[in-house]
Amino acid sequence: MVTFIIRRLLISTVLLFLISVVSFFIITLTPGSPYPWGELNPKISPQVKEAFKKKFHLDRPLYEQYWLNMKGLFSGTLTSIKDDRPVLDRIGERLPATVRLNVLAIVISLTFGLLLGVYAARHAGTLPDLLTSILAFVFIALPGFWVSNLIVIGLVKFTDAPILGTQTYGTDFPNLVSLWLDQFWHLALPAMVLSIGGIAVQSRYIRASMLETLREDYIRTARAKGLGDDVIFYKHALRNSIRPLITGIGGLLPALIGGSVIIETIFAYPGLGRLGYEAVLERDYPTLVALNFIVAALVLLGNLISDLLYAVVDPRVRLE
Amino acid sequence: MTAAPPLPSRNATASSGPGRRSLARFRKNPVGVTAAAIVGLLFLVALVTGIGACFGVYFPYDPNATNLAQKLRAPDAAHWLGTDNLGRDVLSRLLNGSYISLTVGFIAVAVSLSIGVAVGAVSGYLGGWVDNVLMRIVDAILCFPTFFLILTAVALLGPSIINIIVIIGLVSWTGTARLVRAEFLTLRESEYVRAARTLGQRSPAIIFRHILPNAAAPIIVTAVIGIPDAILTEAGLSFLGFGVQPPQATWGNIISDGKTYFLDAWWLIVFPGLAIFVAALSFYLAGDALRQAAESRSERK
Repeated sequence: MVTFIIRRLLISTVLLFLISVVSFFIITLTPGSPYPWGELNPKISPQVKEAFKKKFHLDRPLYEQYWLNMKGLFSGTLTSIKDDRPVLDRIGERLPATVRLNVLAIVISLTFGLLLGVYAARHAGTLPDLLTSILAFVFIALPGFWVSNLIVIGLVKFTDAPILGTQTYGTDFPNLVSLWLDQFWHLALPAMVLSIGGIAVQSRYIRASMLETLREDYIRTARAKGLGDDVIFYKHALRNSIRPLITGIGGLLPALIGGSVIIETIFAYPGLGRLGYEAVLERDYPTLVALNFIVAALVLLGNLISDLLYAVVDPRVRLE
Repeated sequence: MTAAPPLPSRNATASSGPGRRSLARFRKNPVGVTAAAIVGLLFLVALVTGIGACFGVYFPYDPNATNLAQKLRAPDAAHWLGTDNLGRDVLSRLLNGSYISLTVGFIAVAVSLSIGVAVGAVSGYLGGWVDNVLMRIVDAILCFPTFFLILTAVALLGPSIINIIVIIGLVSWTGTARLVRAEFLTLRESEYVRAARTLGQRSPAIIFRHILPNAAAPIIVTAVIGIPDAILTEAGLSFLGFGVQPPQATWGNIISDGKTYFLDAWWLIVFPGLAIFVAALSFYLAGDALRQAAESRSERK
């Protein structure tokens, strides 16, 4: 176990290095410049331009820029081109909101995916199974930005429900409970829209996994013992079918963070996705470099944790 | 003894027995047939409007003709799906946008399929350190949040239709590569591949003539399912303003332009969204029906 973790951490470090190099060059080699003024703006004196370039190391060769960016990231001195604040602060203040949103979205995806998948598997081959399958594909095919726009605009038009941001602004909350309720309400809609696709994908996995388990020898044994269908299904098959869900969690993370770019933009939700979107618009290289690095690190960590969890729930899996 | 008898080629497997039986099973699946029919219809519409646009022939109106006197008209007999804030006919723009969506879908999948099949085949067939290196690269790519990566690249390189297609293709091949690799890992140990190798066939011939045709079914299914993924990604990019640029209509940018006026003009968002949804759903359902048809074939073996 310990050697497995150490080996995985080493591999992850190498991967993370590769990712940081590739993302750095994707960001910096593309045409265009990060200057907050037009390249040919005559009102900016050459001295100011030079000072700006020097400050953000834009006058150095690329490999040196990479090294300085990484050094700055790890020592916390890397600052954003946009507002000159340390990028770690900018990311740090957005991180809790993103984590809340994604954790809730994952919980919703898993719960409803499980229910839908188990229901479909229990009725495999019948009309309800067909309908849930179609429903799953309906969920996957719904464009998230379209649904959220319809929801936002519908709510604005027909109710006065507050839906943008993380909480209702300009309100004094009498106590913590009402603040939390308000925050939860702001979180619930984006999380629900974000998990639509996840519910569908998880339900398909669960269904496939259940049907595979039902073909196992021990299920035949249980049936031969004379156990009822429901006992076999819910007690024997279900427990062994939900294990693949755990590995699925690691894979859900990058998709959720990517998907939340659009959802966070629509719901004006201050998370990492929107920070990234703004940084792309502003060509804020340091923020983009740091963001790519931290997100990749989170994903690698998520993968490691889900592998470890998998070994814990399934003793047959040997980590080597 | 003369030259070795030719082993069954791609054509032989595709036109006889199992392939045809899969197709027959597919025809018995009403959901799959309906979905495939809608896909066919979309394809036809896209083809006709695409060719028409080349010759300046539009139906029912010119999609880019503005008429401020007619702006934001609700759906009526003259404009079936209403008009937008510049008085452009929404139905014409939807039809005109259809070939953009399908082109992006098909070509992006062609790009990702070529890379995915090549990497997966080499990785699965050769194994060893080549396999190790290629699969670690796949792992690294999977760590990026895909949509964000696409957005960054498109935003920085400039949102032209070619950039969008190539970038979507370049980031979405990892799933295909893993799938093809898994198929190759099993198939390369099979009797007929060993036989081909014993007969002195070279690796490229074995890969392309013997293994690949037998891995065709899952690859086709991935391709069909990849098309709506690409269509949805393009629509999302268009929505954020990084898709194919106006005045060219796409399903995503009609929604993006229309969201400002939505409180007065629901038709600007509802219809293009429905178009994306119906197109994506039909591809997914058709792909799933194909998968079922192909799978029951292998189960019976």
